[in-house]
Amino acid sequence: MRQATQKKIAQGVGFFALRACLYIVLAVLLLLLYDIGKKGGGAISWEFLSQAPRKGMTEGGIFPAIFGTLLVTLITAILAVPLGMCAAIYLNEYAIQGRLTRLIRLSIRNLSGVPSIVYGLFGVILFVNIMRFGTSVLSAGLTLGLMTLPWTITASEEALKTVPNSYREGALALGATKWQSIRTNVLPYAVPGMLTGTVLGLARAAGETAPILFTGAAFFLPYLPKSLGDQFMALPYHLYIMATQHHQIQQVRPIAYGTALVLIALVLGLNMTAVVIRFRLRRKRR
Amino acid sequence: MSDGTAPIKIETRNLDFYYGTTRALKNVSIGCAANRVTAIIGPSGCGKSTFIRTLNRMNDVIPGTRIEGRILLDGKDIHDPDVDVVELRRRVGMVFQKPNPFPKSIFDNVAYGLRINGMRDPRKLEEVVEKSLQGAALWEEVKDRLEANAFALSGGQQQRLCIARALAVEPEVILFDEPCSAIDPIATAKIEDLIHALKKRYTVVIVTHNMQQAARVSDFTAFMMLGELIEFDVTGKIFTNPASKLTEDYITGRFG
Repeated sequence: MRQATQKKIAQGVGFFALRACLYIVLAVLLLLLYDIGKKGGGAISWEFLSQAPRKGMTEGGIFPAIFGTLLVTLITAILAVPLGMCAAIYLNEYAIQGRLTRLIRLSIRNLSGVPSIVYGLFGVILFVNIMRFGTSVLSAGLTLGLMTLPWTITASEEALKTVPNSYREGALALGATKWQSIRTNVLPYAVPGMLTGTVLGLARAAGETAPILFTGAAFFLPYLPKSLGDQFMALPYHLYIMATQHHQIQQVRPIAYGTALVLIALVLGLNMTAVVIRFRLRRKRR
Repeated sequence: MSDGTAPIKIETRNLDFYYGTTRALKNVSIGCAANRVTAIIGPSGCGKSTFIRTLNRMNDVIPGTRIEGRILLDGKDIHDPDVDVVELRRRVGMVFQKPNPFPKSIFDNVAYGLRINGMRDPRKLEEVVEKSLQGAALWEEVKDRLEANAFALSGGQQQRLCIARALAVEPEVILFDEPCSAIDPIATAKIEDLIHALKKRYTVVIVTHNMQQAARVSDFTAFMMLGELIEFDVTGKIFTNPASKLTEDYITGRFG
């Protein structure tokens, strides 16, 4: 009897501790969103979203930065999505599993831990200098793409691993080729997971500053990039400038918070897209 | 083994199989007669599943495995360089231990093998799907809900669906790898009846650790232990008058 009470108390304490952890995390997150929403909400207007900065960036909007971030993320996606997914398919489905694949996997995991500024420097060397793309939206997008690849590959491989082996064997036993079994009986069930992981990686790339700092992001541009060889403005870099580099920091504070709010909304939007894609594909399968 | 009237359809000769350095099959020679049911019995880990998976080269997909000896289908070695493993697996179908329907509709499950082989004509597909489901004694239960997800079926129905799926590509040999180990006794009885009916058209090889099942459904029985073939004979003889002491101990339940 006494033991039973003790066990109940232990369970109660355990649940409380776990729940408290969750609430602490939630509280920090909500506080952050609330603070940015309150201070940045006032800056948001149609003009803010659709106009370029004016008068030394103390007035006007942030449209070039929004456009630049969307464009650079698109380039990132074009590089990282197909390459990452195909590499994951090869690694998980075709490659003979052994010491080499384990080494490759370990390297990929390590790459995803490399600080983003290192990717930025690598991008300068490879894309800006060696490949002569200059400091441009192309160089920046490719650099972000490289940075996103380890994420895409890992997430895609995890998704492939969740497909039971019996789907593959069942297809092979019916006379399917390996590619047929993958295409018709593995990918359809892995793609939602692959896309989710990929979009999350892209959302992270969209918010990065360091990799684009030297490779293509501009302090201020009065026009939009006209080609892939042009420089561009980006939300995270713009935020960095408004928050720390501007000569009238107090005056532009609302713009900084507004920029932060737009950036968060954009990232949140991307993540929601991932959720919607997942939901849609799952329902279609039922 | 043959009873004199049925020719050998698929056979192994001095088959050795290795997982890395572990020898899982030792010099196994078993001949399976056409239109007969050959059962492989033996305690867990005796190599019976490994054996049956060599017959359609399903072990090819496991890295680090190696095979020695010959496997002949209609007298032709299935490891010959001119044998297409995809075509081999179409001719030698397989039903797995755990029912493994694909997460598709009942119809799409049965049509899967046809579609990957390039059949597109919807009327022909419907025809073969119906025939295959009838062949697997499942048609009456599912004919009104062919578009339902296969996961909605019971375990026994799922296994019969997997049989229908195997029948649809018109194999010559059907391999059953402990097909009833994951389903209930009533469903098991249905599948045993089905296996009995299937031998009219197909050569059947079944692995089971249920001796009564082997006695009920098979014409010939092979008893294996630790990767070796101990005894292979007419089922009646194995269960009433086995030649080997090991076989006798196993079937009388002294071990296993």
